[in-house]
Amino acid sequence: MSAIALKVNGRTHSVDVDPATPLLYVLSDDLELRGPKFGCGLGQCGACTVIVKGQAIRSCVTPVKSVEGVEITTLEGLGTPDKPHLLQQAFIDEQAAQCGFCVNGVILTAKAFLDKNPKASEQEIQQALSGVLCRCFTHTRMQRAIERYAKEVAR
Amino acid sequence: MKAKMTSDARAALRRAGFSRRDFLKTSGVLMVGFSMAGPAAEHASAQGMFEGGAPGSPPPNQVDSWIAIAADGSVTAYSGKEELGQGISTAQTQLVAEELSMPFDRVKLIYCDTAFTPDQGVTSGSQSHPANFNHKGLGQAAATAREALFKMAADRLGAPVSDLSATDGVITVKSDPSKSITYRQLIGGKKFNLTVDAKAKRKPASEWTVLGTPAKRSDIPALMTGQFEFVHNVRLPGMLHGRVVRPPTVGATVLSVDESSVHGIPGLVKVVVKKNFVGVVAEKQWQAVQAAEKLKVDWSAGTGLPKHADFYEHVRNQKPTRDTLLVDSKDVEQKLSEAATVVKATYHHPYQMHGSMGASCAVADVQGEKATIYSPTQGVWHQRSSAAMLLGLKPENVHVIFRRGSGCYGLNGADTVTYDAALLSQAVGKPVRVQLTRKDEMAWENYGNAYVIDERAGLDAQGNIIAWDHESWSPTLGNRPGYARPGNVISGFLAGFDPEPFTPRTPAPDPRAYTNNSNGVPSYVAGRIDGVSKGTGTVKSERALLHNVESPFWTGPLRSPARLQNTFAQECFMDELAARAQADPVAFRLRHLSDPRLRDAVQSAAKAAKWDARPSPVANLRKTGVATGRGIACVAYEGDNGYTAIVVEADVHQDTGKINVKRIFVAIDAGPISNPDGLKNQAEGGALQGMSRALGEEVTWDDQKVTSVDWATFHSLPLGFAIPKVECVLLNRPDEEATGAGETAITVIAAAIGNAIFDATGARIRQIPFTPERVKTALSTRA
Repeated sequence: MSAIALKVNGRTHSVDVDPATPLLYVLSDDLELRGPKFGCGLGQCGACTVIVKGQAIRSCVTPVKSVEGVEITTLEGLGTPDKPHLLQQAFIDEQAAQCGFCVNGVILTAKAFLDKNPKASEQEIQQALSGVLCRCFTHTRMQRAIERYAKEVAR
Repeated sequence: MKAKMTSDARAALRRAGFSRRDFLKTSGVLMVGFSMAGPAAEHASAQGMFEGGAPGSPPPNQVDSWIAIAADGSVTAYSGKEELGQGISTAQTQLVAEELSMPFDRVKLIYCDTAFTPDQGVTSGSQSHPANFNHKGLGQAAATAREALFKMAADRLGAPVSDLSATDGVITVKSDPSKSITYRQLIGGKKFNLTVDAKAKRKPASEWTVLGTPAKRSDIPALMTGQFEFVHNVRLPGMLHGRVVRPPTVGATVLSVDESSVHGIPGLVKVVVKKNFVGVVAEKQWQAVQAAEKLKVDWSAGTGLPKHADFYEHVRNQKPTRDTLLVDSKDVEQKLSEAATVVKATYHHPYQMHGSMGASCAVADVQGEKATIYSPTQGVWHQRSSAAMLLGLKPENVHVIFRRGSGCYGLNGADTVTYDAALLSQAVGKPVRVQLTRKDEMAWENYGNAYVIDERAGLDAQGNIIAWDHESWSPTLGNRPGYARPGNVISGFLAGFDPEPFTPRTPAPDPRAYTNNSNGVPSYVAGRIDGVSKGTGTVKSERALLHNVESPFWTGPLRSPARLQNTFAQECFMDELAARAQADPVAFRLRHLSDPRLRDAVQSAAKAAKWDARPSPVANLRKTGVATGRGIACVAYEGDNGYTAIVVEADVHQDTGKINVKRIFVAIDAGPISNPDGLKNQAEGGALQGMSRALGEEVTWDDQKVTSVDWATFHSLPLGFAIPKVECVLLNRPDEEATGAGETAITVIAAAIGNAIFDATGARIRQIPFTPERVKTALSTRA
């Protein structure tokens, strides 16, 4: 165990954990955040995604020590139910969920990609999401929501 | 029946920081009749698995079990049908708001908590609408409450009921609008003390203002912003973390466990072994992960598995069997011998898995004689009794609270992981959260059944079907645990409980009543029993015979269980018959369908797709490059529980064997539409999930163990695939019964794709999934 300083959604937290602990467990157990989720624990599905230095990364396979002191953004960090981020709002407007377990990975992956590629084409967005799963297959709505947001950003 | 609160309910309120009196005062929620007697006990024996009546359940025949009007006039509704992501909580809220003339946002719905909500069995099987929107359950209780409120208002206002109307919780005299009274004034904070009246008048769909509208789901803003509490997010004071250690091979048993192998792991609390159930508990999740990985368990050799490559032959030849005859006109062989043409084909469907996005999770707090369990189970009352059995507790001392897991699509790891958490918590006497690993989930869940299906039919000289024989073989092991079978899922079995025994039966007895809830009876036959036709088709010479055999893997309901596999075979075969008769597949279906709703679904899908009437395959077949085709398939789900037809347009890349579905047209009829956007979401998701199942999903194994244990080895289409355009035609039937809606589109899509492949290329693929290799093989061997 060792004390590690984590910067999450603009706040600094000190946690006393094994430095090899996957970031996901620290976020969900020690900080009790609900955005990042355990989907596979193997970096295959995207449910645990967080944004670090503008990159969408898989927190289930990221040792917590490796992101010490770096700004980490989770789904909670984008917006709140009262003041959702534009991308979250687009998902709300499109009712783009069934169970909603995957949306963390979908929204954060799309966000990180569009931040860097605001003029991305439909196909490029699709390609960026090729490692993200939704088992309810709410794909058509999610695609609409992302494109709606992309258009708003490009404007 | 005297109103009283159970100790569980009191405890639940205490945990929530309320005394019962506070709770009544502040929310007006009524705790009623949680003891079991009289009508509720009768209910328990009269109802099937979808509508239980467990001892201790609020009696379903009492209005107060379903509806409470608070001291502030707001409405709380209690339901035994839960939100799994299918949108039913929104639809149920609309239902209560509609029947009680309340605004949508002043109705609060509480579902699936054994301290509060009536036992309605499991939330599954496309039964939530039939159970609560037709003549029973939540809708009927709300209608009874409304009639009672109107009678009370008539007395208080001195006007006849016929001169009253209600809006937003206020009842007004129509002839003198200055006279009005609120629900709060009439009953706020008090009980109805009323039996649910089966004759209470329901609001006709023509008068709906809340139902029938695309009300937005109230959980979605929290989901999108990371605020929503899944079961994975439940945190109790002093909670520990558990992981399980499953056998390395199928049938392996524990010989010994070397606890010294994990000594020294920081935070380790306990290694738990109960027969073949092995788990670890630690203070932190990461410690539990490491302990589970390092724990040395000596397992016996497994029992071995039949060869994957020959599995379908193994299934077909396996003995003993349990046989079921759904229909038998006893003249099929004779009619086939008289037919101008006899067509035969065999279809194969693999085991598939629920493959939930999140590996399952549960939190249990077992302290002495009492347990509180947070579970993603589909049936809290089933879980309460079966967990009590597993733990050796009294059911009344077990409190099960539903918390949403990730989408389950049937019997995923939800019940299993709940038992895991309960066993580990009992062993340490503290709350324990168990998170299954991806492999725990995928290697041991109750898979959707594999099927071998033979279809035979005879055509007369004019190309009419004169006889149809459907015969299937399917392996089973375990099932939903129900009230008393924890051994129907892996962790209960490992802990020493037996699964439901396999009971051979051959030959099958003659059917005494018509049932098609497995869709084993093709849509095109008459379904005649005792001279009465109850099927959806015209073919009078018919037989549908099913054989169940023992499965080496756990099986259980996966979205559209058996219905999907049977429909895949029948709808592909119908296309084969149409091709043999050189008839247009839509016209050929209509020629053999008698059911007006199923016919309408077929015609509506065809119209939306601008169907070009002609036989399949397309004229001037291209043998290379990209070929384009269209296919149709339809189903009357369970014979009469929802109607859907789908037309698919697909490209077949003949060089690579890749299928690219471009457009999907879904016509769906689920009776009166309670929420059109929710219905669309189910149809779209069902079609695409079914497409993923059709194109890539298959459980695989070697000679000892399952090998499809993660997303690299079990192939779900990710978000990045070229998503087809999905167009839905919603067929609203205001005057019909509400039916299921969540399982129809998924049932027909595989056949529609298979038929499109045939249309494009002339190659018929009779085995799921339609992998590129399988497509290429079919292309290379086509006529």
